[in-house]
Amino acid sequence: MSPEQLRERAWAAASGVADPELPVLTIAELGILRDVRVDEGGTVEVAITPTYTGCPATAVIALDVVTAMERAGITGCRVRTVLSPPWTSDWLTPEGRRKLVEAGIAPPACGVGTARAALFAADPVACPRCGGSATERLAEFGATACKALYRCRSCGEPFEHFKCL
Amino acid sequence: MPNPLVEYALRLADDALILGHRLSEWSGRAPMLEEELALANIALDLIGEARLLYQHAGAVEGAGRDEDMLAYLRDAPEFRNLLLVEQPNGDFAVTIARQLFFSAFMVPFWRALGGSREPSLAAIGAKAEKEAAYHRRHAAEWLIRLGDGTAESSGRAQEAVDELWIYTGEMFEMDLVEQQLAACGAAVDRAALRPEWDRSVSDILAQATLRRPEDGWMQSGGRGGRHSEHLGHLLAEMQFLQRAYPGASW
Repeated sequence: MSPEQLRERAWAAASGVADPELPVLTIAELGILRDVRVDEGGTVEVAITPTYTGCPATAVIALDVVTAMERAGITGCRVRTVLSPPWTSDWLTPEGRRKLVEAGIAPPACGVGTARAALFAADPVACPRCGGSATERLAEFGATACKALYRCRSCGEPFEHFKCL
Repeated sequence: MPNPLVEYALRLADDALILGHRLSEWSGRAPMLEEELALANIALDLIGEARLLYQHAGAVEGAGRDEDMLAYLRDAPEFRNLLLVEQPNGDFAVTIARQLFFSAFMVPFWRALGGSREPSLAAIGAKAEKEAAYHRRHAAEWLIRLGDGTAESSGRAQEAVDELWIYTGEMFEMDLVEQQLAACGAAVDRAALRPEWDRSVSDILAQATLRRPEDGWMQSGGRGGRHSEHLGHLLAEMQFLQRAYPGASW
């Protein structure tokens, strides 16, 4: 296998890894799979980035990437964590955003995460179930650091919002 | 003389770890479920920041100390955190006032650190800034709700603000270590963040209908390892496992 073929196979394997806390999304759709490369010795190196600094899923993701590689017949893969530039919710792919809505999670507003002045401009958040915009924030932090709890005043359903960062 | 870059990273790491641990003490005791999640999530962000900073400190030091050794195997006089973050949780108002004072400082601090000439510190600053903005908004909304609430909540919020005010001056202190690092573009000039902190804290206190205390004599000593008696108790619990079973791992 040429290094290019190996890289393609490694990318395919890594990009299929599901996020442990948001299993509807792959790490590629979340925008946390940064790079896959093959070094001169033929070793695959995968770069991932944490969503939030303290996200406990990062260690699990690194393990899942190694497992996915081994399933694809790639052994000895290295996983590197990169911090810079910092992950932003703007890196969610359109497919990832669509899947969030399908799972009943309101996606972050587009293009807001990278502009710090507009970080909180996404309120109000549209309800992912009925589309209503009369929603209220119940709590800034939900089951994970990346989500807030909301409630829709139109349909009465509580829902999660993937926050802008 | 310890390496100033190690000392600096340890100061920042200790601030984050000790406050993160304090917030984790609320687990199972928060006033409501949503707040339970919020405080635990903020604690997680802080402990994440601490881990990055300890890893950086250990790497720069090059003496083989990893993040766990730095967190679990140093005693109180070796800790370099601000006195503010080690203060006990008190009632919910005290926790929220402490959180507001600290996060209102850390938002501009992390932003400024994002421009550090030290690449690892710059990356951590850029990463932490927006998280801190969420911490500040959370604390501000609660302080406004408590201050502008009932006579009971307002009285307790004012007491919390008054009690902790004496620990806010230490955040802006620049000793020789930080002055030298700031002069070469690695560290943040803390004193320069004063106007933004003053503005945001005064604005939130006004919205909370709380009185801003007078700026009088300020308590300090944390950066030199001179701590309040509370830190020892905190460490006794936090470090128990590693002290009782050295080298224990999951």
